[in-house]
Amino acid sequence: MKFKAMTAIAALLLSVPAMSLADPDEDQLVLNGEMESVTETAAPAHLSDVLDTIYSGWRFRENETQALQMDDFDNPGMIFADLGLDQWNAVEGEEGKSCASCHDDVTESMKGVRAVYPKWNEAAGEVRTLAMQINDCRETNMQAEPYKYNSTQMTNMEALISVQSRGMPVNVAIDGPVQATWEAGKEMYYTRFGQLELSCANCHEDNYGNMIRADHLSQGQINGFPTYRLKNAKLNQTHDRFRGCIRDTRGHTFDVGSPEFVALELYVASRGNGLSVEGPSVRN
Amino acid sequence: MKFSVLTLAASLVATGAFAAEPVAPADVVYTDGAIEASLSGTAGNPEEGAKVFGSRAMGNCVACHEVTSLNSNFPGNVGPMLDGVGSRWNEAELRGIVANAKLMYEGTIMPAFYKVDGFTRPGNGYTGKAAETLEPILSAQQIEDVVAFLMTLKDE
Ligand code: HEC
Ligand code: HEC
Ligand code: HEC
Repeated sequence: MKFKAMTAIAALLLSVPAMSLADPDEDQLVLNGEMESVTETAAPAHLSDVLDTIYSGWRFRENETQALQMDDFDNPGMIFADLGLDQWNAVEGEEGKSCASCHDDVTESMKGVRAVYPKWNEAAGEVRTLAMQINDCRETNMQAEPYKYNSTQMTNMEALISVQSRGMPVNVAIDGPVQATWEAGKEMYYTRFGQLELSCANCHEDNYGNMIRADHLSQGQINGFPTYRLKNAKLNQTHDRFRGCIRDTRGHTFDVGSPEFVALELYVASRGNGLSVEGPSVRN
Repeated sequence: MKFSVLTLAASLVATGAFAAEPVAPADVVYTDGAIEASLSGTAGNPEEGAKVFGSRAMGNCVACHEVTSLNSNFPGNVGPMLDGVGSRWNEAELRGIVANAKLMYEGTIMPAFYKVDGFTRPGNGYTGKAAETLEPILSAQQIEDVVAFLMTLKDE
């Protein structure tokens, strides 16, 4: 009896180095039992001097959280995508139009769109996030009030549009007209903000896999946005997450939709080039 | 025996002389990253120091460090485990590491707990708003307390 217990303890001790907490787990993300999602792939060339492999945040979550994202019936984020579909079909604004009036079937017209945002808009001469583009259509094409940048309605619409790219690789452009914005985002990523003097890279590049208090640090990728968080039981937008992470450095954060966060979003998105779009994902 | 009486006497004298006047963050003298003199003039209290170490609202050292005797829920592992750290470093060195670890470890992720300038967009605590006036994250006495706690972490 005693001997058996000892052996069991020894076996436990031995098994620790094989699979330490410091790693993303080995689980594979398959949606609804059919759609394979890339949660681990070679880092894009622009990261080659700092990372070999990029991982989706999904790989760092507990099994129960992971499971919620594997089936659309369990994924609370999908409810919000459905609300987004109601908004898609709703006529609003002076022009008497809905999104569907011009873009018809969202499953056709918005396929692949999420994967390449933020992207350059030639006519406006600016880098646009998906939220900016949605609001431009509301204002210019519908003569409707813009959504508040991180409102529920905006996030619902982003979820609906993201769903149409699920499983497709993130592929944002980083050169040409967006290059200066991308560089500005990169500089922010390595800036040590706040009284704690912490950069995004300190946590998400140098320490992913480690525990910061109870949190298992991921690479801080945004391929899963918008994300349904168990912590606040709602769908969360990229810029809200950025805001929270800078606030947690005891820092003076930036506003959602600010030029700084647009640049940061472009840069962070590009760090995930090659991972599958997962939005709306589930995180804790 | 004699030694501890002397230390006690010395710290009593120190208490009398400096208790009201902590050394301001800008006036701290570092020698190779260590700080010889007490920041508060009052000897640190290791029990208070353990609280500073574990509390999210104070040092939150446990976010990055584990100490076996504290038995904390979910300690982090971004920084090294601190069991035995009181045998690895002396008090002056530990005071320097806690006040501003960047001097001992260039570029370290460990925050400086007794510093009020040189920040990029410092906030008003964890509100996300801009800071108005900046206090160091820990007071002089809290630094002394946490150093006293670290000094109790000796190798068996
Ligand atoms: C009157 C027609 C019209 C309406 C109504 C309209 N859009 Fe658009 N939308 C366009 C046009 C035209 C473009 C492409 C022009 C451009 O890139 O600026 C576009 C582009 C887009 C894009 C970018 C696609 C890409 O490939 O980059 C998104 C996303 C989008 N619209 C979403 C919406 C949403 C959501 C609504 C409803 C809230 C909406 N649109 C309503 C005409 C419309
Ligand atoms: C003090 C450490 C810390 C810093 C600094 C930090 N974060 Fe985070 N971040 C976290 C933690 C903890 C989480 C939640 C667990 C996880 O996914 O890493 C998180 C989560 C995220 C997520 C969500 C990932 C997902 O899969 O849903 C993103 C995106 C993110 N951070 C981006 C950033 C950016 C951009 C910066 C710099 C402005 C930054 N973080 C700075 C600690 C940090
Ligand atoms: C954000 C993470 C972080 C926080 C918070 C943090 N530390 Fe550290 N600490 C580190 C790291 C990382 C090191 C190792 C130095 C290095 O290589 O950068 C370290 C080193 C140390 C050392 C030297 C360790 C040794 O074994 O020689 C001591 C002592 C220490 N920290 C004490 C503290 C105390 C006390 C607090 C709270 C007041 C604290 N730390 C908060 C990350 C942190």
